[in-house]
Amino acid sequence: MKLQELVDSLSLVVKTASAHLTKEVTGGYVSDLLSDVIANIKEGSVWITLQTHQNIVAVATLKELSGIILVNNRTPDADTLKKADGEGIPILVSSLSAFEIAGLLYNLGLRCR
Amino acid sequence: MTPYRIVEKAASLGLNIIAICDHNSVENAEVTKRLAKKKGINAIPGIEVTSFEEVHIVGLFSDISSALRIQDIVYDNLQPGENDVDAFGYQVVVNENDEVLGFNNRLLIGATNLSVSKVVETIHSFGGLAIASHIDREGFGIIGQLGFIPPELSLDALEISRNITIDNAKTRFGEYSHFPWLTSSDAHELSDVGKVSTGFFMEHSTFDELCLALKGVEGRKIILY
Repeated sequence: MKLQELVDSLSLVVKTASAHLTKEVTGGYVSDLLSDVIANIKEGSVWITLQTHQNIVAVATLKELSGIILVNNRTPDADTLKKADGEGIPILVSSLSAFEIAGLLYNLGLRCR
Repeated sequence: MTPYRIVEKAASLGLNIIAICDHNSVENAEVTKRLAKKKGINAIPGIEVTSFEEVHIVGLFSDISSALRIQDIVYDNLQPGENDVDAFGYQVVVNENDEVLGFNNRLLIGATNLSVSKVVETIHSFGGLAIASHIDREGFGIIGQLGFIPPELSLDALEISRNITIDNAKTRFGEYSHFPWLTSSDAHELSDVGKVSTGFFMEHSTFDELCLALKGVEGRKIILY
């Protein structure tokens, strides 16, 4: 499914790279440890996290992710917004918790393996 | 940020002590120390280790060989993977003349599989000082990552970043004011060098005097600017 469909069905607020919502989402992963994400996330996944610092953009670029969903209404840092726009990485914000968002994405059929 | 340029900048600002604390690596410390000595500056060999919990802990050492030994342990315990220059930039090893001698291909931005207590214990085993980096920062700061500072963790000092004033830090982290506190630039770019610094009332700009000043021994003390 496309990132735009997730935005619409989960009421996500688009913070960056709105031109890149046509990306295909092929999986999902939840983690707040960057080293864990680097080791385990699959390309094309959407990454659910509460980390807001700019290193999340570097990780998303490195692992060729479709986007990042920030939970609990977390606001990305200014540096993060700038970097994400520059790299074309959509950052989407949800008011839900990681548990809830992951559950909804799982219900939509996304997997992590 | 070459050793030469860092030392020149530090000298121009009148800094007496600096520490090179690359992420998970010590390969540029020796050259920096040699260059700094010519300017009358003590460049302490250091390292910023990323623990398994993604807590940053700075280790400062009295000599290069201790620092290099901890580098060996960090390299043995660093998560596998190669650096990606597009995502994380080049990891260069540089000589006194700003010439690149080589590249470090390890994933230095990654984490080790060493717990934060293991990191502190290892730093101490080599006679080093273990300092919790930028405790006010949410990402990679000990309080951000763990929620609190484990009471049994024998840290030698807490570092506050340049993004917060001492007063604000005391308000937010007052429960940890029994620790020695210091602040530093955590410069990742040349323009950041010396943005903030910590003063020490001590006899010489040496590592041993620094240890005494952190403990407030025999009249030495920390003066936070």
